[in-house]
Amino acid sequence: MVAEAKGEEAGGLVFHPMDQFIVEPFFGDGAVSWYTITNSTVWMAIAVLAVFALLVLGTSKRAIVPTRMQSVAELAYGFIYKMVEDICGKEGVKYFPYIMTLFMFIVFSNFLGLLPMAFTPTSHIAVTAVMAFAVFFGVTILGFVKNGASFLELFWVSSAPLALRPILALIEVISYFVRPVSHSIRLAGNMMAGHAVIKVFAGFAAIAAIAPLSVVAITAMYGLEVLVSFIQAYVFTILTCVYLKDALHPHH
Amino acid sequence: MEGDIVQMGAYIGAGLACMGMGGAAVGVGNVAGNFLAGALRNPSAAAGQTATLFIGIAFAEALGIFSFLVALLLMFAV
Amino acid sequence: MATETTNSDGLADVMGVQSHAPADAAPGMPQLDFTTFGNQIFWLVVALVAIYFILSRVALPRIGAVLAERQGTITNDIAAAEDLKVKATEAEAAYDKALIEARAEAQRIIAAAKADIQADLAKAIADADVEISAKTAESEKAINEIRASAMENVEVVAKDTAEAIVAALGSSADAKTISAAVDARMKG
Repeated sequence: MVAEAKGEEAGGLVFHPMDQFIVEPFFGDGAVSWYTITNSTVWMAIAVLAVFALLVLGTSKRAIVPTRMQSVAELAYGFIYKMVEDICGKEGVKYFPYIMTLFMFIVFSNFLGLLPMAFTPTSHIAVTAVMAFAVFFGVTILGFVKNGASFLELFWVSSAPLALRPILALIEVISYFVRPVSHSIRLAGNMMAGHAVIKVFAGFAAIAAIAPLSVVAITAMYGLEVLVSFIQAYVFTILTCVYLKDALHPHH
Repeated sequence: MEGDIVQMGAYIGAGLACMGMGGAAVGVGNVAGNFLAGALRNPSAAAGQTATLFIGIAFAEALGIFSFLVALLLMFAV
Repeated sequence: MATETTNSDGLADVMGVQSHAPADAAPGMPQLDFTTFGNQIFWLVVALVAIYFILSRVALPRIGAVLAERQGTITNDIAAAEDLKVKATEAEAAYDKALIEARAEAQRIIAAAKADIQADLAKAIADADVEISAKTAESEKAINEIRASAMENVEVVAKDTAEAIVAALGSSADAKTISAAVDARMKG
């Protein structure tokens, strides 16, 4: 009853579902300036350390018969390498380290964000937008450098009837420029949505009658979130590969 | 009083925006179901198309996420 | 850039006013709090650059080398296995050949042994036959001797007996007549 009353006071929920996304200084209080170490910074650093631990410390023995850590690292390497090679072809392999960087950062941020009390850097549009726009500008510049003006043939669907081509070109151009927006919002939205929904269910746990249901719902959502964390990292990476392929081979 | 009406409208709008997520659910189910139907007809070709499946699911799901985002914006940012 | 900051400030203000006025706990969406964007972007770039250098300088070449080495090892092992298989086939052929030869040799030895044994046996049988016939002849001779000596004895005993009987009958006869009579009887 007390909790409920308090909850009502606080605007309906004991836990505000969006509070978990607040970026605040990790040490002490104060304003967040560009160099402040925030909770976001700390979890990014943990993600970097985790990548280092898996890919460098895990493979330090260079064993022919791999240990468990090493086989996970090799699995990640083979997974992304094969993806890049399958989608972009042999020329795309040159850009494999960049794509691997994105994938490792996203997948570790997503998974580490699922720990209780953790912060998910990838749930912030600022973070995902930087990555998506980096991919967008990188791919666009690469396309013009590699193909020159013929990169614009990407928008000119030569297999369509001539009368339709201008309309299709318009649609293609719009969809091309929407790419970074959807690319970034998809990742941030998915991460934010899952965490917010878990928090909403956690808020219901304050009411004793539906608390067991809430626990079951949180467990189920958590399982889904584990899946989503990986799939969104995979999707971000595979879309990066697709965009890269468009830059390398713009002709339909 | 005026703020209350604005807030009411925002909350109603948020609820309406959540209907978009149902559309995304239908879309994702459609993609996955059609993939499964095709995969059962020709299982040997299914393995090569899982990437396409995930891309399709991601595109369909992104629209649901957009509507969810609109709902959140209406709830918390407007 | 300048317009962006003013925009963001404006939005943040609106958010602040809207959200903080009705309820203290509703801070709006933290994702749209533009004051933290610079911070997040800066540290994101730092993190990505760090991961990129970790990957491109250390991790990826190492894992690639390990995978290539493993591929090489596997290829070598397969080649070695192929070699060993060929060797095994050869060894099997040699073994088969040796086995056939050994079998032939064994047949030959068996035949030789059989012939030897046959010869030995025949010789032994012949020897035994000779011995048996020799022994038979000897025995026959002995029997004949015994028979002859027995006849002689019979003659002597008959003569003595005849002499004794004649003496007992009270008549005397000389030895010559008696033996002639006995001889005549025995021949008859």
